[in-house]
Amino acid sequence: MADEKRLMKGNEAMGEAAVRAGCDAYFGYPITPQNELTAYMAKHMLDHKRVFIQAESEVSAINMVYGAAATGARSMTSSSSPGISLKQEGISYACGADVPIVVINVARSGPGLGGISPAQGDYFQSTRGGGHGDYFHIVLAPKSVQEAADLTFEAFDLADEWRMPAMVLADGMIGQMMEGVVLPQPKDPATRVAKPWASGNRPAGRPVNHVDSTHLVPEEFEQANIARYKRYDEMKKTLVRYEEQHVEDADLILAAYGTSARVCLGAMQMARKLGLKVGLFRPITLWPFPEKRLGELAGKRFLTVEMSMGQMVEDVRLHTRGKSEVSFYGRCGGMIPTEEDVLAEIRRILKK
Amino acid sequence: MATKGKLEIDRERCKGCLLCVRACPVKVLAADVEPNSWGYYPSKAVAPEKCIACGNCFAVCPDVAISVYKL
Amino acid sequence: MELIYGHPKSLKPIQTKYCPGCGHGVIHRLITEVIDELGMQQKSVILNPVGCSIWASIYFDFDSVQVPHGRTPAGATGVKRMLPDHLVICYQGDGDLAAIGTAEAVHAANRGEKFTTIFVNNAIYGMTGGQMAPTTLVGQKATTAPYGRDPVEAGMGYPIRVLEMFATLEGTRYLARGAVNNAANTRKTKQYIKKAFEAQLRGEGSTMVEILSQCPTNWAMDPVESVEWVESDMIPFYKLGEIKDELQGSAVKEAAK
Repeated sequence: MADEKRLMKGNEAMGEAAVRAGCDAYFGYPITPQNELTAYMAKHMLDHKRVFIQAESEVSAINMVYGAAATGARSMTSSSSPGISLKQEGISYACGADVPIVVINVARSGPGLGGISPAQGDYFQSTRGGGHGDYFHIVLAPKSVQEAADLTFEAFDLADEWRMPAMVLADGMIGQMMEGVVLPQPKDPATRVAKPWASGNRPAGRPVNHVDSTHLVPEEFEQANIARYKRYDEMKKTLVRYEEQHVEDADLILAAYGTSARVCLGAMQMARKLGLKVGLFRPITLWPFPEKRLGELAGKRFLTVEMSMGQMVEDVRLHTRGKSEVSFYGRCGGMIPTEEDVLAEIRRILKK
Repeated sequence: MATKGKLEIDRERCKGCLLCVRACPVKVLAADVEPNSWGYYPSKAVAPEKCIACGNCFAVCPDVAISVYKL
Repeated sequence: MELIYGHPKSLKPIQTKYCPGCGHGVIHRLITEVIDELGMQQKSVILNPVGCSIWASIYFDFDSVQVPHGRTPAGATGVKRMLPDHLVICYQGDGDLAAIGTAEAVHAANRGEKFTTIFVNNAIYGMTGGQMAPTTLVGQKATTAPYGRDPVEAGMGYPIRVLEMFATLEGTRYLARGAVNNAANTRKTKQYIKKAFEAQLRGEGSTMVEILSQCPTNWAMDPVESVEWVESDMIPFYKLGEIKDELQGSAVKEAAK
């Protein structure tokens, strides 16, 4: 029995998707532009007799998530850029202790307090660790309300399967806009992956479980990190997702994610009408990044479009290995590029 | 007849803090002159016949190095 | 011959890293004695943060979650909300609870979270080598207060009586302060811990037991001198006893008298 298509705000669609994924506990703190998500969870988690706490800070919230998840529960928090900065320590701990959690970032402009309008300035923070130490975690970048709901729903499974945080990196545009969405069917809790490593509910005979990221013996710590990175290698083989259109014959490929990719889609269509051979490459997993596919497309010209001063563009340059000319067009501070802006840049580069 | 007790002290667990010596009301305990393998001078029942099994030594010991028996 | 005082079952029979005379060892024993008496070894979870308390998970023979510095009450909130029938222990030192983690501690207490906080107050930062703590006494020396804590000239603030502060929060139900400087206080402290744990298992909260603890190494004293300092300096400032008792269980016992 499929759900009907509903008109929903992005923030609320992500909340509903989390509820349907079986989120047992949500801990959050108010911050614009994601407050509708926190409010949605406040109502619906209590309606479902699950746990909701408005924590005293983003710092506290991420640690509540970590504690709940350490017992094997599905737990989530959401915030926006400055609040995600506060959560970096907790995320590092979750990565170091192999605890699955879900974190939603509805990104806004920075640095500092910045503004409340949409931006994509948290790419480095999300994909380069953000917190201290050697680690990566799953980063999923939706482009629409539908995709935001789908990826939030799936984030819980991916986090559990790979034992790490899964972050949904949306932005204020996606969080605030309203679009039609078909929500996934609620997940049957019996289909969740088992968590024998969790603390609590210790059956007779099971040795003590310590959920812990402490490693004071260097020889052992090195081995533990190497083992974790082997897991990352497995993920790079199976988890990469991207969407591409018209790249085969393209003279110029637009590389963008999230809201920027929506804009680029329109710009590409306008360009094609003018006879310009433009394609679009849209990473969906920002980590693991579609390195291999970019390597295959190396040699083509790229125009990376971001709502930042240029962050993902470095990965495009890195993975085309010097074989591509990679240009950058960005707006920041909460400014959103228009299709016309991007088309003008396309024409400038192609000299047409 | 007054309660009498007996102590078993794990010399290797004891760190020689001597809080038990201070806590004992009848002066059963004192620091041993022989150190343990860690270099600590553990507590020793030097006057075991005086022990009344009050358990004060056990109560203050941070290392659970003492077991107290009632005779 | 009958064993009357022996090693608790839920405490691992291994030598600890704690310094000779350190109060942590006694407190670990009291906690595990109560857990054994309540039969809760399989359903206990301890949260061990940062500071000397990081070692707690090595010695308690039950599940644990290691949390960032100061975040212990937040982590414990997550654990206890997911495992309401378990005995959840938030084990913190004075830096963890009264410096970096004050917000988390206040708000968990205020929400009436049902876990029990064991607050080990040694008026100094132990693990990191003896810096001033929020509970360091005026005039007491520390590596970051080499001339003694001076609230006036040097703006170093005053020692914080945490339980008295928390007593004003409506969410708190049982707040008691004990010490492990001598046998009598140690026994009283065990009763406070037992009362708090029993309250937790009845679903009452929040509960906290602060325990004045000697830190010979960082006070630059030998163990016997250190318990004497607890008696001469700490106890007069941090009063022992049940600071707040609004437990239903206590009310029932009072009525029955």
